[in-house]
Amino acid sequence: MSLDGLGMRKLREKVAFGLLRLAMLVVVGTLGGILLHVVLQGAGVLGWRFLTDVPREAMTQGGIFPAIVGTLYLTAGALLVALPLGVAAAIYLSEYAREGKTLAVVRLGIGNLAGVPSVVFGLFGLGLFVVFFKMGVSLLAGSLTLGLLILPTVIGASEEALRQVPSTFREASLALGATRWQTIRKVVLPAALPGILTGSILGLGRAAGETAPIMFTAATFYSLRLPESPFSQVMALPYHIYVLATAGTHIEQTRPLQYGTVLVLISLVLGLSLFAIIIRTRMRRTKKW
Amino acid sequence: MVTCATPVIEARDLNFYYGDTKALSDIAISIGRNQVTALIGPSGCGKSTFLRLINRMNELIPDTRVEGSVLFDGVDLYGPGVDPTEVRRRIGMVFQKPNPFPKSIYNNVAYGPRLHGMNSQRRLDELVERSLKAAAIWDEVKDILPQSALGLSGGQQQRLCIARAIAMEPEVLLMDEPTSALDPIATARIEELVKELKKSYTVIIVTHNMQQAARVSDETAFFYLGRLIEMGPTERIFTRPQQEQTEHYITGRFG
Repeated sequence: MSLDGLGMRKLREKVAFGLLRLAMLVVVGTLGGILLHVVLQGAGVLGWRFLTDVPREAMTQGGIFPAIVGTLYLTAGALLVALPLGVAAAIYLSEYAREGKTLAVVRLGIGNLAGVPSVVFGLFGLGLFVVFFKMGVSLLAGSLTLGLLILPTVIGASEEALRQVPSTFREASLALGATRWQTIRKVVLPAALPGILTGSILGLGRAAGETAPIMFTAATFYSLRLPESPFSQVMALPYHIYVLATAGTHIEQTRPLQYGTVLVLISLVLGLSLFAIIIRTRMRRTKKW
Repeated sequence: MVTCATPVIEARDLNFYYGDTKALSDIAISIGRNQVTALIGPSGCGKSTFLRLINRMNELIPDTRVEGSVLFDGVDLYGPGVDPTEVRRRIGMVFQKPNPFPKSIYNNVAYGPRLHGMNSQRRLDELVERSLKAAAIWDEVKDILPQSALGLSGGQQQRLCIARAIAMEPEVLLMDEPTSALDPIATARIEELVKELKKSYTVIIVTHNMQQAARVSDETAFFYLGRLIEMGPTERIFTRPQQEQTEHYITGRFG
């Protein structure tokens, strides 16, 4: 009787573990499947020429150089917009603001901003930057829109990094007669900076792959030239993929190029994440508090 | 008004509240210049709270309130127009746990003076050396000044924190259980240092360790339940306490 009970329990244990393992396999398998598919389809076109040439012959030949450059510009622009704004907001929230109803509402707002679909950001950017501020469809308008998109991520990462700075550092600085601003600038921010950068770069990975926010605000179908000013339209990797997949006239011929572009975009995003993880690991090794 | 006989720190009718909780009641105390004064008492008795009132650190905690006055050279630290950063510049503090900044040894000591506008490299070099010597750590760190302070041992870190406080050339040095996180050897070195420091500074030290109070201090104040029960020359407090509660505490009946 009791042996039977034990047998049942062992069986249940096995079933439960089996299901959990299956769930994990589905997750890893999906990622692996996507990567394998993309590599198999796209690796063939990869080469020096693909990375450094402009698209040719109605995009059935040539490379994606303008799109790579455009995406790099857009993500760098987004970081330039989001980092100062996000870090400043995070400093205010975590170092100055008093806990209370107002702060709770502000945090709720930031949380909701993170949940706004990216296409809504695109339309917002179109209305505000492209039309109202007359920036036109441009690198500038796209960077601002992407910057707003990753703002909640940057604020979140910065707040977390600021919270991790021990309060004993602040006390020590204040006890030496520093003002709160001196303390933040000279002790708290330097200590939090690696964490802020890591979180922000991870957020940037998301911005690099977004299509909807840039399709109305920055991206162009086709361009032989690189952007010359912040008011130029740019090609961008995600939009280029969208164009090749949906709007081309020679879908069959462009398919390998499309997968090659996907592969480049995924590598770029993974590369950014890897970079962030390396910074974080190095930081954890050097800091001892 | 300010004469040699004036105590450096003097509290009058001092009350302190955390929210609705009264943490200090009617404290009246005089602390003499160039002496070491030990504040003793069981946990939660208010001795650390009192210490942090002397350099206005408690007001960083939200929802706290001070009544009464703390005079520093005859001037009320809580009077109108007194700038807390100026108070903290002139009254230094060393904390319970060593808390060097994640900066180089040199920059830890130079941090305070730089904040207050000292930019001359030559003068900073001199000041850093003088402060590290005064904190009895110069010989151990003179060859590794550019290295991170976080690489030092706990005892070295605490002496570095003392050097950092001294570099501001304060008049009073507050020490909040400065050896509670240290081993006995490091503790002995800090105690030696405290005796040395009183030649130049007024030292007020909070300690849980009664032997430490007996070893390093000239005067001892016993706090209990937010009140100052008794204060006097250390030797008398430990041999002939006048209050029953003091006697119970120092003989180990509670605490």
